[in-house]
Amino acid sequence: MSDPVVVEGLSRSFGTLVAVSDVSFRVHRGEIFGLLGPNGAGKSTTLRMLCGILDPSAGRATVVGFDVAKEPERVKQNIGYMTQRFSLYEDLSVEENLNFYAGVYGLRRRERRARIPAELERAGLTDRRDQIAGTLSGGWKQRLALVCATIHEPPLLFLDEPTAGVDPVSRREFWAHIHRIASAGTTVIVTTHYMDEAERCHRLAFIFRGSLLDIGTPTEIIKRRNIRVAVITTSNVGRAVDLLTPYPSVDEVAPFGDRLRVATLDAVDPIALAREVLGQSPGVLDAREIVPNVEDAFVAMVHSEARAGAGS
Amino acid sequence: MNRMLSIAWKEMIQARRDRLTMGMMVGIPIIQLLLFGYAINTDVRNIATVVYDQDHSEESRGFVRRMEATGFYDVVGHVKSYEEIGIALRSRDAMVALVVPPRFGAEVEAGRAAQLQLVVDGSDPQVVASATDTAMSLAAARSSVLTIERLQRLGQPVSAPTQVIALEPATWYNPDLRTAVFIVPGLVGVILTMTLVMFTAMAIARERERGTLEQLIVSPIRSGELTVGKILPYIAVGYLQMTLILVVGSLVFDVPIVGSIPLLYLLSVFFIAASLAVGLFFSTLAKTQQQAMQMSFFFLLPNILLSGFMFPWEAMPAPARWLSTILPLTHYLRVIRGIVLKGASLAELSSELVWLAGLTLVLIIVVSMRFQKKLG
Ligand SMILES: Nc1ncnc2c1ncn2[C@@H]1O[C@H](COP(=O)(O)OP(=O)(O)OP(=O)(O)O)[C@@H](O)[C@H]1O
Ligand SMILES: [Mg+2]
Repeated sequence: MSDPVVVEGLSRSFGTLVAVSDVSFRVHRGEIFGLLGPNGAGKSTTLRMLCGILDPSAGRATVVGFDVAKEPERVKQNIGYMTQRFSLYEDLSVEENLNFYAGVYGLRRRERRARIPAELERAGLTDRRDQIAGTLSGGWKQRLALVCATIHEPPLLFLDEPTAGVDPVSRREFWAHIHRIASAGTTVIVTTHYMDEAERCHRLAFIFRGSLLDIGTPTEIIKRRNIRVAVITTSNVGRAVDLLTPYPSVDEVAPFGDRLRVATLDAVDPIALAREVLGQSPGVLDAREIVPNVEDAFVAMVHSEARAGAGS
Repeated sequence: MNRMLSIAWKEMIQARRDRLTMGMMVGIPIIQLLLFGYAINTDVRNIATVVYDQDHSEESRGFVRRMEATGFYDVVGHVKSYEEIGIALRSRDAMVALVVPPRFGAEVEAGRAAQLQLVVDGSDPQVVASATDTAMSLAAARSSVLTIERLQRLGQPVSAPTQVIALEPATWYNPDLRTAVFIVPGLVGVILTMTLVMFTAMAIARERERGTLEQLIVSPIRSGELTVGKILPYIAVGYLQMTLILVVGSLVFDVPIVGSIPLLYLLSVFFIAASLAVGLFFSTLAKTQQQAMQMSFFFLLPNILLSGFMFPWEAMPAPARWLSTILPLTHYLRVIRGIVLKGASLAELSSELVWLAGLTLVLIIVVSMRFQKKLG
């Protein structure tokens, strides 16, 4: 079977602002695909084009076999989409919301009667079925929104920052649920700012100022940056930051309480560098190299992009 | 002081960014001035008049010419029976009918008293007085001229002239000229305009504002299903309001319902549909509920002033009347007053229905072109 999402040179401008510029990628069936990028990177704009509710300025995208610009309505029949702001009717109850979305997606009364109680049960919402949606807490709203977006069992699911404003425990539960959905064969495309979430995706695409910077599994992406990271304890954190930052091979120095996180480019040994630069004072009291994570890779990528931008 | 100025400064920036509000701040005074200036003019001129001339003499034609010369009457046709006068008044082709009896000219020639009849539609009491007063004075003036001429011809001294031509006014429909009878059916139209337009205008803006519109347009629902589904409940609201006003009107204000109630309910759907279409049109323009509300209020103004609800439509200058023909209320007022006060039939109201259906159709086409299941 062909890939459910094929994007080729997709672009979108708003007036003179280029929100998405020449983005290409493919998403495989049953994959959890993460779109990672800072605010305003163009994540939501990309999702909206893939959902067929925003016309691309250039390029094309095929979603579940249909061109999003030419056959948006066919696309819509096969996807679920959870918008960045949970789009619930705050004045309807939990069950009424679900009933409404089930109806809008064309579920017959009989199907609705069978599926809605089952979905409520699965999401743990049965006890809150009559609660007005506006009075739910963030975590519950998010669960309800997810159930609403998937009530018609779409083969492809778009989630735009689904965990914004949700506590860590709920986020974990949410991700466990996403993985269950994906292993049942649903393809999931999710945008996020959270690096720990990015690491839970099968594959990631980094978007920055509308352009796609890198794409691959989290491990591949981290490896490609060729960075090393160490946690260093020093007597004067502020002074150490000032001393280390100017070094071209230092990608980033970030204070964490009384410790420093030093990331170096081109596989330079961060501990050796720190010992050399910090000398006796403020000095290196303790040092430990750690495995770089997606966040380090992301920061490195943004920095190198900024340097390239400044150079040109 | 500084703090207060900060607030004022912020308020000014916000007002300037909100183009619609800015436009209304400048537009409303100007438009209100024009509307009121046009509308509050109760000396009715150019009253559509039909003539039922059973005499066809030089004298009867002369009288009609003099009526037209006053500028108050506009002869739009000739009829051949009282039956046809009824049709003309109910379909609002005319508001006044002049009835000339047989042998009118001969009687007057002979110096004997003859009587003209002026039938006036009483459903708009403001028109009645102007219409009868002018005709009365015309009759009196002509009487004097005729008397003087005759006496001179006979070589007799001119004494006090006798009234040769008497004019008998007859008010059909609402003969007591009660204002409630005129206002209550009109109120149905005004209240429906106000609520239906505003509710539907806000219905889509509300989804937009709350972010649920994006969730809706990403579903496979058709735009038609979405828009019709949105207005369906309000059709019921419209009928409920109409029933309430008519019941209270007849119980409390003793407004009689002369015509067929089923016909009224049937035909009202044209107006309800037109009002909902106007609301939908606004909802495609408005980004927020507040804008939708402003547009609806703005729309209500010409409806109240120009439709004939308060001020006689006949008294308005031509531009105001042209404008009013594109307001659904103008046509619905004729329908509901026609049925409730005059017992008008479907055929007599057909031209108003054609207008209402046409306006609805145009708006629906515009709305479906403007409303797309897309963002920005
Ligand atoms: N309808 C619009 N009109 C004008 N500009 C827009 C519109 N929608 C998005 N933009 C701009 O396009 C750019 C990308 O926006 P987008 O919402 O896709 O970013 P994002 O990656 O989703 O950001 P966030 O993480 O904050 O949600 C931004 O600069 C935004 O201001
Ligand atoms: Mg976004």
